[in-house]
Amino acid sequence: MTAVTVIGAGVAGLTVARCLADRGAEVLVIDRGDGLGPHACSWWAGGMLAPFCEGESAEEPVIRLGQEAADWWAAKTHAVHRKGTLVVSAARDQADLARFARRTSDFTVVSGPAIAALEPDLAGRFARGLFFAGEAHLAPRAALADLRAGLQRDGVEFTQAEADPAAHAAKGLTVDCRGYAARDVLPDLRPVKGEMLVLSCPDLALSRPIRLLHPRIPLYIVPRGDGVFMLGATMVESAARRHVTARALLELLSAAYALNPAFGEAEVLEIGVDSRPAFPDNLPRIRRTGNLIRVNGLYRHGFLLSPAVARMVAELIFDATTPEVMDAVTTER
Amino acid sequence: MRSFYGTTLPNALMLGTAQYPSPAILAEAFKRSQAAVATVSLRRESSHDRAGQDFWGLIRDLGVRVLPNTAGCHTVKEAVTTAHMAREIFGTKWIKLEVIGDEDTLQPDVFGLVEAARILTEDGFQVFPYTTEDLVVAGKLLTVGCEVLMPWGAPIGSGLGLNNLFGLRAIRAHFPEVPLVIDAGIGLPSHAARAMELGFDAVLLNTAVAKAGDPAGMAEAFALALRAGQLAADADPMEPRDMASPSTPLIGQAFLS
Repeated sequence: MTAVTVIGAGVAGLTVARCLADRGAEVLVIDRGDGLGPHACSWWAGGMLAPFCEGESAEEPVIRLGQEAADWWAAKTHAVHRKGTLVVSAARDQADLARFARRTSDFTVVSGPAIAALEPDLAGRFARGLFFAGEAHLAPRAALADLRAGLQRDGVEFTQAEADPAAHAAKGLTVDCRGYAARDVLPDLRPVKGEMLVLSCPDLALSRPIRLLHPRIPLYIVPRGDGVFMLGATMVESAARRHVTARALLELLSAAYALNPAFGEAEVLEIGVDSRPAFPDNLPRIRRTGNLIRVNGLYRHGFLLSPAVARMVAELIFDATTPEVMDAVTTER
Repeated sequence: MRSFYGTTLPNALMLGTAQYPSPAILAEAFKRSQAAVATVSLRRESSHDRAGQDFWGLIRDLGVRVLPNTAGCHTVKEAVTTAHMAREIFGTKWIKLEVIGDEDTLQPDVFGLVEAARILTEDGFQVFPYTTEDLVVAGKLLTVGCEVLMPWGAPIGSGLGLNNLFGLRAIRAHFPEVPLVIDAGIGLPSHAARAMELGFDAVLLNTAVAKAGDPAGMAEAFALALRAGQLAADADPMEPRDMASPSTPLIGQAFLS
């Protein structure tokens, strides 16, 4: 039996562990944290499984590989909702909606009444929108917890420790899924700061992610059920991850207020900030040096792309197939 | 071509570095266009502990002259502090000075601009002030020591092009020796070509390239348009006239047949 050590238990580590266990590997997962928690940036994710919307600014592999995500997560967890995505813009930003439509596919243009039928609480607020019926969303923390519980049920062992991937690779096959913490060995990895909010607003019911386009402050709102909403997310080229800036709060909240003034009465449950690990083209990478495989650069597409990337890691190990996101040359410090 | 604080640039394209889909596409846009200058904002990334250094490193790796800017600053104090940080990080005296007067329209606060330009010039900076086409403001900026002016074409990010042709012609005619850069509002390569035809010395743009479907392709289109506009300006364009003027004399031809 193939034994593999996975280091990191965020979305990358857990999906890799799942795919390897499914192929019959004996998997050990080592994470610096004790269980799931805010030390992993996937803890703060939006959880949108929106490959077509992401196509607005992402490269082609994101659209194609991202289409695997909803089925994968639905098979492994109970956290997936297949309700599509609704994209709207303020009347004065119609040009942004037209542009978004030009750059994406697999949507229908919806008018005011159709928007009201999809989301009654947005009735009368937007005259035009785009509806991406084939997209889905999930509750990230529930999805990670389901995945972890399933792995434990299947005999995968979890250990809490600060692990050195190279030291483990000297003993056996090791997959480094540490995210931005792997920066010490991946010099082309950079942090992209994201700031988000969790609000409780029981007055408002939304059943799917809403994207509000804006030339400077694009916003998305993902319903978590029971009147709880996740609001995100800024994209700042910055390594600062300790604090949310006042500007980010102002912008996120004013955009939410523009979507529906009921958000003015919402209670702020959480304020989150973290760094997304990204390579210069914002695409994920698999790199291999002997027994050591590194998986990184999921950027803002952790839940969207990790199923495809984890599948490729399993194919690399069990089928000796070279993944399309594998670097020919490894650059290690 | 007029020089900018003693530096002659290889071409007239000053390209912003914000809003690209990825740093890789940003780098490709610079490669395809051979832009002479990269402008970079410090404000959002700055924080207090140089948290933006990964991105700034990518900008330095482009290998082009960097013009840091004070985008997003609303007061003289903020702009001056940001300029000092920029000088330290990029090791350049150049600073594109923006003092925003209105968050929604992003119009410059010309009063704060003149004051900040005075402080920074006295401090040894070489200031590129983002201003309107107002001749009096332009004159005051020169008085406090600016040797370059950057009048807007249209509001930031609007893509409307050259909104006030009369005003832009006037500023060109009024300050014939001063290097002038059209900054903001450019949407299409034809806008940039027009600016060069009017006798401007360079064009600074960002959104028109970064938000294009193919940023690198659009960057190259701008480079070609600027080159065309520059050649046209140097070639002394004809004067427009109200009446048709046949290019071949009519006398001697059987034009009555």
